[in-house]
Amino acid sequence: MEIKSMQFKARAAGSLANVALQGNLKNAKGKFVTKRAEAIRDLDDFEGTRDAAAAIRNKVIDNLDLWLERFEQKARDTGATVLWAKDGAEVCRLVIDIAKKHGVKKVTKSKSMLSEEAGLNHALEAAGIQPVETDLGEYILQVDNNEPPSHIIAPAVHKSLDDVADLFHKVHGTPRKTDIPALTREAREVLRGHFLSAEMGLSGGNFLVAETGSVALVTNEGNGRMVTTLPKVHVVITGIEKVIPTLEDLSTLMRLLPRSATGQSISNYFSILTGVKKPEEHDGPEHLYFVLVDSGRADVVGGDFHAMLRCIRCGACMNHCPVYQTIGGHAYGWVYPGPMGSVLTPLYAGIENSIDLPHAATLCNQCGIVCPVKIPLPDLLRKLREKQTERGLRPLTERIGLRMWAWVAQQPKLYALGASFGARYLKWLAGGADRIRVLPTAPEWTLGRDFPAPQGKTFRELYAARRKSAAT
Amino acid sequence: MNSREEILGRVRAGLQRNATNAAAGREVMAAALSANSEGPKPVFDTAPQALLERFRVKSELQSSTVDIVAADADVPAAVARYLAEMKLPKAAVVQPALAALDWAAAGLAVEARGARDADLVGITGCFCAVAETGTLMMCSSPDTPAAVSLLPETHVAVVQASRIVAYMEDAWNLARKELGTLPRAVNFISGPSRTGDIEQTIVLGAHGPYRVHLVIVEG
Repeated sequence: MEIKSMQFKARAAGSLANVALQGNLKNAKGKFVTKRAEAIRDLDDFEGTRDAAAAIRNKVIDNLDLWLERFEQKARDTGATVLWAKDGAEVCRLVIDIAKKHGVKKVTKSKSMLSEEAGLNHALEAAGIQPVETDLGEYILQVDNNEPPSHIIAPAVHKSLDDVADLFHKVHGTPRKTDIPALTREAREVLRGHFLSAEMGLSGGNFLVAETGSVALVTNEGNGRMVTTLPKVHVVITGIEKVIPTLEDLSTLMRLLPRSATGQSISNYFSILTGVKKPEEHDGPEHLYFVLVDSGRADVVGGDFHAMLRCIRCGACMNHCPVYQTIGGHAYGWVYPGPMGSVLTPLYAGIENSIDLPHAATLCNQCGIVCPVKIPLPDLLRKLREKQTERGLRPLTERIGLRMWAWVAQQPKLYALGASFGARYLKWLAGGADRIRVLPTAPEWTLGRDFPAPQGKTFRELYAARRKSAAT
Repeated sequence: MNSREEILGRVRAGLQRNATNAAAGREVMAAALSANSEGPKPVFDTAPQALLERFRVKSELQSSTVDIVAADADVPAAVARYLAEMKLPKAAVVQPALAALDWAAAGLAVEARGARDADLVGITGCFCAVAETGTLMMCSSPDTPAAVSLLPETHVAVVQASRIVAYMEDAWNLARKELGTLPRAVNFISGPSRTGDIEQTIVLGAHGPYRVHLVIVEG
């Protein structure tokens, strides 16, 4: 997928000015937050479960090479083929080769963020193979000129009922419906034919189980089951960090993933798929392929951002992020929005291609508090800001300004003079009010907020006065 | 160098892999794979009657409907009753594992086979059921094809009360004991298929069944 993260500020401004989008975001925000809060109450030891989940993920990523070799061996033992892809281009090449080998004309897909990273649909179309998105949200986006998703769990969360009603009326040529069950039924009927006729099913993978060589899929609609049951070929595209050790670990993570994502105690369907159809079986694919994808992940191992590899893609961080709640996912300009996206995009798509993202955070730590695997997201965002500074990627004015400030801060007399002048200036600017509406030196900064007016004396003046009174 | 070696090479470089830490890592891995240690679980009464009751309550919360019968022989009549109440067809596809029940006596025309698109009602058993969340565990096999619980609009599942376990972890242990290795597909099912992709409004019947009816056999 094309990276548009460098246009973050313009895109965010556009989102803020979009009245319809603001309504849709407000509607979604309450539902996600409330449902999660209710769902985690069933767990007697929620914190203990989070600790256990973080430990499971650490166990794997701390020895990722060994676990990958183990998973690969087990998966091969079950009859699956395991392939490796360095980047999105290789993902596309491998999938197209598999499709050609099996004479595939149509691919049904359940939601895969990695296929978005790789721009796979575009590549399949170019190779003459029809990709059909079957997750309702992804389907809505695909038929709307391949619009990118704005959320990793609810890809079409930015769209309203009216948007979908207009869209289906246009693309299906049916009478316009404004009833959500009727729209869902319409998509079901269109997609059923595709499920039955596709020769290949493509899915992501929520987890890869090293114990059994299986892929685990968390779904609600049943489309994940369709694409992994009906076509003769099943291809799993997944990041190399998704391995977990055992089935017991899968159970622990499943107590957290649906609760954190959609506020469900368990997803409607949870499928653990191992190997291929046996000759006497009625259903299941005859061929199973795993495409294990790097796309920047291997370079994160062992470094400053190692903890980010624990991520299980639940979306709780974005659901609870005041920035995401206000601007939605498209403003972030790539596949992953919200706090996790503001860490992943610089790591996978380049720090220099996403300068604003680590700053698109209030560092309020809502994301860190709700993360089911305890990723310290604000710390990682701060670390990315440091990397930008180290690499000289910050704007010239900011660099010069900070250097000047640093020099002044090292001259106590000059600093005291400057501070007392500054405080008096601001006090004068406030004109007796407790806040300043417009800062003449930074008018943009005060566009959306007021600056508090200094009250009374400066700290240095108070300190000096106190020492003086203590001395007398 | 192929992609596999390149990727693993970079992972190893990141971990500063050497013979000593590789040996330690292998020990951690072997210990994890043999211990199968379980994480914290919600606490509830696991006496058989309490498990049955919890499974019933949680299943209903997942939008399934529940009927309880005394014996296997009562199942066909219970299924026929449900289909009549819901004004659903009396023809169904049944998993071969349940072919031996006397469906015809209850007025049902069943075919024991894998599912097809035109099937409106699918009748299945289940490998076991999980009380924690009100979940069915389905294991695929020639006698228990996976699509029977997926393609038809109505899914009726027969659950033996003696096969209701407390947690998913218990289900794994049962599978290890009775099946040895995992079947091609394990599907945990918790109610009818659903979506919330339009305005986070939950709609039942996305791509799979619109309704799931459970017939629990107390035995």
